[in-house]
Amino acid sequence: MNRLTLLQNGASLARRDIPVLHGDHFLEEILSALDHGWRVVSYFALPEGEGLALYCVLSLKADATLGVLHTRLDDGGFTSLVPYAPQLHLFEREMAEQYGVIFEGHPWMKPVRFAPPLATLPGFCPTGPGKIGIMDFYRVEGSEVHEVAVGPVHAGIIEPGHFRFQCLGEEVMHLEISLGYQHRGVEKLVLGGPYPVTFRQMETVAGDTTVGHGLAYAMCLEALAGTRVPARAHDLRGIGAELERLANHTGDLGAIAGDVGYLPTASYCGRIRGDFLNLTAEICGSRFGRGLLTPGGVNFDLDALTVEKLRRRLLAARDELTNAVELLWDTPSVLARLEGTGVVSKETARELGLVGPAARASGLNRDIRRDHPYGIYNMTHIPVVTARAGDVYARTLVRWLEIERSLDFVEEQLRQLPGGGIENPVGSLGEDRLAVALTEGWRGEICHVALTDGRGRFERYKICDPSFHNWPGLAMALRGGQISDFPLNNKSFNLSYCGVDL
Amino acid sequence: MFKAILARMKQGHRTMRYPQEPVVIPERFRGFPQLDNSACRADCQLCREVCPTGAISCTPNLSVDLGKCLFCAECQKACPHGGISYGNDYRLAANRREDLVAQEGEEYRLAQALEEKMLKLFGRSLKFRSVVAGGCNGCEADTNVLSTIGWDIGRFGIQFVASPRHADGLWVTGPVTENMREALLLTYEAIPAPKLVVACGACAINGGPFIGSPEAHDGVHGMLPVDLYIPGCPPHPATILDGLLRLLDRLPGEAGARG
Repeated sequence: MNRLTLLQNGASLARRDIPVLHGDHFLEEILSALDHGWRVVSYFALPEGEGLALYCVLSLKADATLGVLHTRLDDGGFTSLVPYAPQLHLFEREMAEQYGVIFEGHPWMKPVRFAPPLATLPGFCPTGPGKIGIMDFYRVEGSEVHEVAVGPVHAGIIEPGHFRFQCLGEEVMHLEISLGYQHRGVEKLVLGGPYPVTFRQMETVAGDTTVGHGLAYAMCLEALAGTRVPARAHDLRGIGAELERLANHTGDLGAIAGDVGYLPTASYCGRIRGDFLNLTAEICGSRFGRGLLTPGGVNFDLDALTVEKLRRRLLAARDELTNAVELLWDTPSVLARLEGTGVVSKETARELGLVGPAARASGLNRDIRRDHPYGIYNMTHIPVVTARAGDVYARTLVRWLEIERSLDFVEEQLRQLPGGGIENPVGSLGEDRLAVALTEGWRGEICHVALTDGRGRFERYKICDPSFHNWPGLAMALRGGQISDFPLNNKSFNLSYCGVDL
Repeated sequence: MFKAILARMKQGHRTMRYPQEPVVIPERFRGFPQLDNSACRADCQLCREVCPTGAISCTPNLSVDLGKCLFCAECQKACPHGGISYGNDYRLAANRREDLVAQEGEEYRLAQALEEKMLKLFGRSLKFRSVVAGGCNGCEADTNVLSTIGWDIGRFGIQFVASPRHADGLWVTGPVTENMREALLLTYEAIPAPKLVVACGACAINGGPFIGSPEAHDGVHGMLPVDLYIPGCPPHPATILDGLLRLLDRLPGEAGARG
């Protein structure tokens, strides 16, 4: 692993300091790093020189360190690492779709988004977007086997995606998930930026994670421009991020209760989720935190009166939420539906590279707030919660315990907001640099990587939403389960479609 | 069981009294813009330049196209004279695309009630089929919230249903990605006529933050006949409900025009 170029979360380095490795060395390094406890947080390509550059960003929790590997392809062929590292399978599929890289040995090469290529280079032959949803789905044959197709349009007010089940009676033998319907072309729109609209696009990469993605973007700009963020802004960003987690986790607990037909908790949580959104709106005017952040700091400050108001309302929300959620643990019929449903083993979670509450519910102790601390989490630590069973119950419990920790955190921050300003100006971005920012959104690890050109404009901006890692987890959770448990499993992951489709 | 009953008593009755009583809007909420170009210099275009979606026009009068506006308030931050600020008025929905332009000194035409025949059909029961066509889950979440106990949109006879065959209208969110265009149009076709179309949020109206994207269509305007445009990124639930109640003529004693 001596070929890794090291950097910290929220830092940048000169692109010339990242050596171009021979393709074989690049692949060996990735495998050897994975064997030594590293994880891949991003793996992407961009045109560079005469060919296509591949960058792999890895994280080592034990040292709170990130590492970058870099190679260059002159033609479209490269070796797939998926047979040895399943966590890479979507990354390779993505590069095949975006630039026409042919990964030899990839066991499951299919479109990710049915999107046009980002660039067509000499020697590379991207196949172009096929018709959305048309691909070779895995099929189980047999007279008793039937196939169930769901989506893209779903029954509720839900983002679109397609699910294809292979069933024997009620039992799901295999679930395949085909996305791309939400593709808005974010990574293409960002090229040559930043533009005035870029931050708004980052806030809506996954609009329920406005603060999570907005923060990762702001951190990239701050790293590239060398901006120091005031302490008070770090605090307010942290409050925004944890309120976002609180609202979404609360909504998820309600939705899980609703899907097992336990309406009291479903009703109460549906309303209390709104209380958290309204707290965010109290700070910045938007229930989703739109406009709360700005590169260099935050746009909104809190006076003593508002702080007091927020604290009071937070206490009331905690009291009512605790009351609503405790009903779940006291109701055996609810627990019977959650326990043992949709199990993802720790080993599977590790192989697939799951992140966030889904990973922690399967016993993986990973959380960017602790592993690669940034902003306020450098100063104040939030205890990481894990469970063992990897079932719907574990994913529910982890959410609840995280809610309690986030409530503690926000209450504490409101008590001890540091003085000072809330925003420092962000100058022009450094030229020919690479910046990496990781944040822990409510669904898990968000990774943004920015590469600037000789004019300090984005030559590539790679976004990795936690759902990109976690959709395969949902597919595995269904294996051997009942098809009627799909909605419950789906709620227990609650993944983003647009975050993946970009 | 006892705990559930005790919890029920503790949680109480929480459906808001709106529209009989005013809805509570956060102080910092950015709603209808207040425009004042009295201090504008002829060569100053600061507000227009920082607008991420090109919603602002300075000629002939200062105006904000609420169909494009993300209510990010970058213009307010940029203007040295306080020429644009965003007030607390959440009432923004309109029937026609051109009505969404807020101009200095001109009255903003809020959504009008459906014509009598449509009102007779839908006034007491209106069912929507939602299609998310590139929406970021913001508009979707704040549409969904209307069905929670706090807002309880069902008390107005409005409901979101699972099949287009059960629906009276199409509820569109998102900039209409190329990959969802066909599914959106098929869903529209599957709804029995007469039918309504609602464009909920900046994306569905004009593309929102994804305006001009080669992979999307700048919203549903021009693709399907829209009956109600609801501005916002995302719209506040009160903005959505206000628009629907205006459409159904269900706002008691309130003038259609801005007070």
